[in-house]
Amino acid sequence: MTARIQLVPPRPKRGEIVEIRVLIQHNMETGYRRDLEGREIPRNCINLFICRYNGVEVFRADLSSGIAANPLLQFHTIAEASGELEFWWKDDDGKQGTERVSIAVSE
Amino acid sequence: MTQQTAAWLLVLALAGPGAAATAQERRIPLQALRSGITFVRPEIRAMQEDDFSNPGMLWVEKGAKLWGAGARSCASCHAEAEKSMKGVATRYPAIDRASGRLLNLADRIMHCRSERQGGPALRYESDELLSLTAFVSHQSRGMAIGVSIEGPARAHFEAGREFFDRRIGQVNIACTHCHDANWGKTLFAETISQGHPNAFPIYRTEWQTAGSIERRLRACLSGIRAEMLPYGAPEYRDLELYLAWRAQGLPIEAPGVRR
Repeated sequence: MTARIQLVPPRPKRGEIVEIRVLIQHNMETGYRRDLEGREIPRNCINLFICRYNGVEVFRADLSSGIAANPLLQFHTIAEASGELEFWWKDDDGKQGTERVSIAVSE
Repeated sequence: MTQQTAAWLLVLALAGPGAAATAQERRIPLQALRSGITFVRPEIRAMQEDDFSNPGMLWVEKGAKLWGAGARSCASCHAEAEKSMKGVATRYPAIDRASGRLLNLADRIMHCRSERQGGPALRYESDELLSLTAFVSHQSRGMAIGVSIEGPARAHFEAGREFFDRRIGQVNIACTHCHDANWGKTLFAETISQGHPNAFPIYRTEWQTAGSIERRLRACLSGIRAEMLPYGAPEYRDLELYLAWRAQGLPIEAPGVRR
């Protein structure tokens, strides 16, 4: 599962609000569609997404079939210390994805 | 705005002596050409313009990984795509010298994969093929389309134009009736575009995924209730060549975003 991550601003000052943007490649199959032969296509959505900042959970989302394919998630946190942002998610098929980016906080 | 101005300067630079000879045949003059992105809603336009929120970039990124993957990778012959693939997408569809066939960029990549890299054949519309095509096309972003219709390509060009003008399907209309005669007007909730192939592969919100020009052409055929030709049919290639000639000078936008 390919994902792209962007921090705005890329090098925040301590105490500054950072926007975190995550774009995940996933077809978010709704479970409501049928294939050309009329068989149900089983639902396969990302159902849980978590972001941790230096080990502390800062964002969590329960996603479902109302979310478009290749979802773009944008949320905010406060830049407190340099370190690592960890992103983790799983889908209905049980597949898990994870990404890490480092964050450098200036004084 | 500045980007648009630059693109138009490029268009004017290219509309030199060569274009004058064929000016008679053009139904939309070169100065009046408009990319499909100018016909979509501002939200979609913003999505394409921001490289982060453009979902097509996911395919480009995946293509970049595939470019260097494996022992006989694309990179082992072509080295850095940023240099070696710059401008390549502007010249396709083009005649393959060895076989004499008209190939589009995806065909060329499939051909390379099966003949030179010895890997398993890529399927049309597979994620892997779309990713590589998007990655290679992306290297020509901002460059003007300029295909050759001389020599052996001429017959394909003529066939493509003939297809563009032929009434087909239960609706019994030809490409030209929408895309030459009525562009800019609305069809249901949509504005009809001029039908230029300068942003493929595109991410289409209706598809919720990336797709090739062939998939888009099939969508048009289905819309006018005509028979959809199978993937890889030579008629699509002829039409793609005519469309590329029609769009001469428009900058490549790959990966484009459309509604």
